[in-house]
Amino acid sequence: MRITKLISSAVLALSLTASVTYAGSHATTLTIATVNNGDMIRMQGLTDDFTAKTGHKVEWVTLEENVLRQRVTTDITTKGGAFDIMTIGMYETPIWGANGWLVPLDDLSADYNVGDLLPAMAGGLSHEGTLYAAPFYGESSMVMYRTDLMKKAGLEMPDAPSWNFIAKAARAMTDRDNDINGICLRGKAGWGEGGAFITAMSNSFGARWFDEDWNAQFDTREWSDTLNFFVNMMSDAGPAGYATNGFNENLSLFQQGKCGMWIDATVAASFVTNPNDSTVADSVGFALAPDNGMGVRSNWLWAWALAIPAGTQKEGAAKEFIEWATSNSYIELVAANEGWANVPPGARTSLYENANYKDIPFAKMTLESILSADPLNSTVDPSPYVGIQFAAIPEFAGIATDVSQEFSAAYAGQQSIDEALAKAQAITNDAMEAAGYR
Amino acid sequence: MARSVKNQQKMVNTVIAWTIGLLIFFPVLWTVLTSFKTEGQAINDPPLFLFFDWTLENYAIVQERSDYMKFLWNSIFIAGGSTLLGILIAVPAAWSMAFVPTKRTKDILLWMLSTKMLPAVGVLYPIYIGCIKLGLLDSRLALVIILMLINLPIIVWMLYTYFREIPRDILEASRMDGASLWKEIIYVLTPMAIPGIASTILLNLILAWNESFWTLNLTAAKAGTLTAFIASYSSPEGLFFAKLSAASTMAIAPILILGWFSQKQLVRGLTFGAVK
Repeated sequence: MRITKLISSAVLALSLTASVTYAGSHATTLTIATVNNGDMIRMQGLTDDFTAKTGHKVEWVTLEENVLRQRVTTDITTKGGAFDIMTIGMYETPIWGANGWLVPLDDLSADYNVGDLLPAMAGGLSHEGTLYAAPFYGESSMVMYRTDLMKKAGLEMPDAPSWNFIAKAARAMTDRDNDINGICLRGKAGWGEGGAFITAMSNSFGARWFDEDWNAQFDTREWSDTLNFFVNMMSDAGPAGYATNGFNENLSLFQQGKCGMWIDATVAASFVTNPNDSTVADSVGFALAPDNGMGVRSNWLWAWALAIPAGTQKEGAAKEFIEWATSNSYIELVAANEGWANVPPGARTSLYENANYKDIPFAKMTLESILSADPLNSTVDPSPYVGIQFAAIPEFAGIATDVSQEFSAAYAGQQSIDEALAKAQAITNDAMEAAGYR
Repeated sequence: MARSVKNQQKMVNTVIAWTIGLLIFFPVLWTVLTSFKTEGQAINDPPLFLFFDWTLENYAIVQERSDYMKFLWNSIFIAGGSTLLGILIAVPAAWSMAFVPTKRTKDILLWMLSTKMLPAVGVLYPIYIGCIKLGLLDSRLALVIILMLINLPIIVWMLYTYFREIPRDILEASRMDGASLWKEIIYVLTPMAIPGIASTILLNLILAWNESFWTLNLTAAKAGTLTAFIASYSSPEGLFFAKLSAASTMAIAPILILGWFSQKQLVRGLTFGAVK
């Protein structure tokens, strides 16, 4: 009996040692490039949980969004191998996936439950049906408005407003004497700043960037209507200098009670309802992004996602990390540590079925916004590109940055809307011709 | 009367100098002040100048989130290493151009300076690929070499200008006394040129410390400098101004202190010649 006990103890000890040695020999250090935002920083703080479960260590390289884009693009196009995991968006993923620069995520474990990813997110992060990046968090855009100011103006915000209602409400809520602007919107140059907003807005006015033969469409009435509507509304009800306002500037204005409405990323909902930062936290309502009665809303779709560059030596460990960071158990880990309002939103269907999350005031509208965004059919008339606030072609970022600069100059009164549109038309057609599309 | 006019002129000059100085320094002062505010106070409109609840919270968060000492050491190593290497190469180069010029010397000097006109991004891919092939990506050695090469034209130009003012007779006298070439450079030229070399070193240290294009593009987790440390707190989606200011203050503090203590040396070296 004693001998049997001794033998079993020895076998147990040996197998334990063997398993630790096995785990140790496979443990590695992953280098992950990421952006600086609340959800990503939270993930960095919880990395110990991943290390405890797998033995793998993680080194973070956190960069500003535009610097990160340049950095990871250089690395992936030269196969530099500086990173084992990259944080990329919906714009890069299908392009890089098509080029063979990313490892397909087609063999994730059954526990991970790929089918639980929101279809819009999984679709936007795939190329020809293959998932190339796993969504860490997703966002659309929606209307955030001051319920007290809306009431004071004698209006009631519908769940799905039109642009005409938004303009009417913006003018009614404006109180220049008390420094309250009816509406705050992005006008800042940059394809991901004002360019993203005006492109999403133009979709609801029936405009599109290109016709089916890749000809620029800025000479159409729809684009003229979009810009004229935007400039008129912002001149009457927007903040001074809106041509240089981006996400952060408008967030700051809204949190200080200087905006009646703000149409922007759904992730902003947690900022404006956080009483530690926002002076109007208890009087914020939400609605879908407006439409113009043409069947397309002006909300966008975006995801920050984790992808593995092709050629990494640590593919297995990288997949383990992605499964950990984008799983349901990670969401529960964040909820346990930081509360349900701080879990990464917009990636998994099950989150919106969770009773705890349903109590969050902006959860319902965030989900509805995401579900109503369709990157495959983003325009009223057919278009040759995928994407809502962008066209998923490599040339788009450069072209849209130039075009948005012309638009911002028009917002600032440095040129007329017609001049800005004429320049946008020429810039886009020239670039598309040089790239061989036309 | 004349003295009164002179005093008045002096006072006006002093006021103008202080005004310009404060205007130049104001962004730095504002960054430091913002680092002691909460995120809410940092975006307050109207801006809060001195009367707010001062907090060290941002510094605590930055310390907790980032390994400041790693970034600081990388900055010291890379800025110091590239400066030292640059001086070792530039002193003999400047000596030969100043004291043994050829008919091509001026062309070479102008060509060296012209390399500074090339946008850095134009050579990003060749240098990036070179680093990959040599296994030097995300290494301090690569940045020491690259920053040295980038700043070498300025070092050579500064030393050349300085050396030219040293009388040739003194060097010739040392040669007549039997000094070899290296002894002439090390024991005669260098001691006479110490103010110029010191100011060149200081300027180059500042340039290398503040360099951000290469230090951001060629590093990842290991060789990141304080510029990468600052970049990690910048965000277009989220308010991090107070934390960004704390990170910026921590990044500029060492070079600001160095500049403060060595300002006399720096100004003297940049404005005086070797024999004045």
